[in-house]
Amino acid sequence: MFDTSFEILSNKKIAQNTWEIVLRGDTRGIAPGQFVNLRLEGFYLRRPLSVCDFNDGTLTLIYKVVGRGTEALAALPAGTALDVLTGLGNGYDTSVSGPRPLLIGGGAGVPPLYALAKALIREGKTPAVILGFNSAGEVFYEEEFRALGTDPTVTTADGSYGVKGFVTDAMELDYTYFYTCGPEPMLRAVYAKSVTSGQFSLEERMGCGFGACMGCTCKTKTGHKRVCKDGPVLTKEELPW
Amino acid sequence: MVNTQVTLSGLVLSNPVIPASGTFGYGYEFAQAYDINCLGSFSFKGTTRQPRFGNEPPRIAETASGMLNAVGLQNPGIDRVISEELPKLRRVFHKPVVANISGFSVDEYAECCARIDREEQVGLIEVNISCPNVHCGGMSFGTSPESAAEVTRAVKAVTTKPVYMKLSPNVTDIAAIAKACEDAGADGISLINTLLGMRIDLKKRRPLLGNTTGGLSGPAVFPVALRMVWQVYEAVNIPIIGMGGVASAEDVIEMMLAGATAVEVGAANLVDPFASKKIVDGLPQAMERLHIENLSDIIGGAHHG
Repeated sequence: MFDTSFEILSNKKIAQNTWEIVLRGDTRGIAPGQFVNLRLEGFYLRRPLSVCDFNDGTLTLIYKVVGRGTEALAALPAGTALDVLTGLGNGYDTSVSGPRPLLIGGGAGVPPLYALAKALIREGKTPAVILGFNSAGEVFYEEEFRALGTDPTVTTADGSYGVKGFVTDAMELDYTYFYTCGPEPMLRAVYAKSVTSGQFSLEERMGCGFGACMGCTCKTKTGHKRVCKDGPVLTKEELPW
Repeated sequence: MVNTQVTLSGLVLSNPVIPASGTFGYGYEFAQAYDINCLGSFSFKGTTRQPRFGNEPPRIAETASGMLNAVGLQNPGIDRVISEELPKLRRVFHKPVVANISGFSVDEYAECCARIDREEQVGLIEVNISCPNVHCGGMSFGTSPESAAEVTRAVKAVTTKPVYMKLSPNVTDIAAIAKACEDAGADGISLINTLLGMRIDLKKRRPLLGNTTGGLSGPAVFPVALRMVWQVYEAVNIPIIGMGGVASAEDVIEMMLAGATAVEVGAANLVDPFASKKIVDGLPQAMERLHIENLSDIIGGAHHG
């Protein structure tokens, strides 16, 4: 865990209610599947956001504007300094993926799979990608995933873009392992349809984000886990679904 | 050179800053961020006889200048606290720790306190009779002078270390409850626990917290906590640990002027993991600016013209 100051390089809308913010600062200790916790002027609790992309000096996050906090974040101009706790959560374990892992993201759950796809490709693996959204206006990062060399399948619930239906409707693929992030009903559907082991990135309302307050505890087959510290990534074997 | 040392019932603290129970776990998460031995002490996560999962999520909600929590005393139970957590805690914290104990019956309080009393690292026992997030127990013991006194007597009969009763602000006369604890043999009073509150999700039109209600903490409650420390100081002759919304060295000094001998820092640790360290580091400068040489000299200072 690091408490550092980042400067906003850009903060722009990339899809319906969806914003991409690029920050400049110390990205030491950040890993795919982890999250950062932003402090916003005028709000008491921090806002946890998953890591979408990072390199030596920049960090990219994608967030949905869903309330007053994210509305305030969307209004911040380039140049603004942000207090950010980084290096939070366990992140994905890429060592168990096999050669052809499947990445399944839904809506605001898509971003962490981008950094993961980059890491897997760097390790010589060939990830397949399914990105699910409600409708065409919400689709984002299809081109970015394509630029990595993957061939993402996009699904929309209303059929206004790509394959009509849910991410599970596109899961008829040959894969060695899977990684998924998205709303809980989607995660449960992926769990039910999956034929291999895999990792699930969970979401819960958090107090601290670093394991102190027990605000985000969930029940697993291996005891009570703090989503922020023992997660957010849990394995299929741990989930009591 | 200023002197930040304070003494709680014979327990000497290098400074009055104590992270509050439930906001500091057993110390390890913070020990990864800084050397927590700079703290006066810390109060570990509220412990009960049986392991507890706590309440269903969501357990956390934001408020203006604060937060609600409805964790519900999640803890591994006293057996594992003694066998697993305390040995780990000892590796990162080398001073006497405050043991926070909660319960659902007088017997449970007595049994857990008697067992934790025998642990060498425990310097002081803080008996939580004020948790607003559990049913049948917790706060119900702290809302009448009679039941608060009953728990105090039962715990005092089986312990040797200082016993501080942690009181709820959700009462009409906190001074009367503090006095009842003192008369029953309490060595000190710890206050305040959180204020009962709630939020409603506008889209779902349902209570936001899984437990419907939760406890309010953060800077929003500081003036309420300060007023109650003031009232309890007027009513009792035993030391007070003051808490509620403390976020700065100046807040610590204000609490002490109201009557606190030591001060706990709660919610601030959750929004800034370095908050307690910053408060400890900021104390000498704040004292110099306010012409305070010995911090212990100012305890209750605002009561005397």
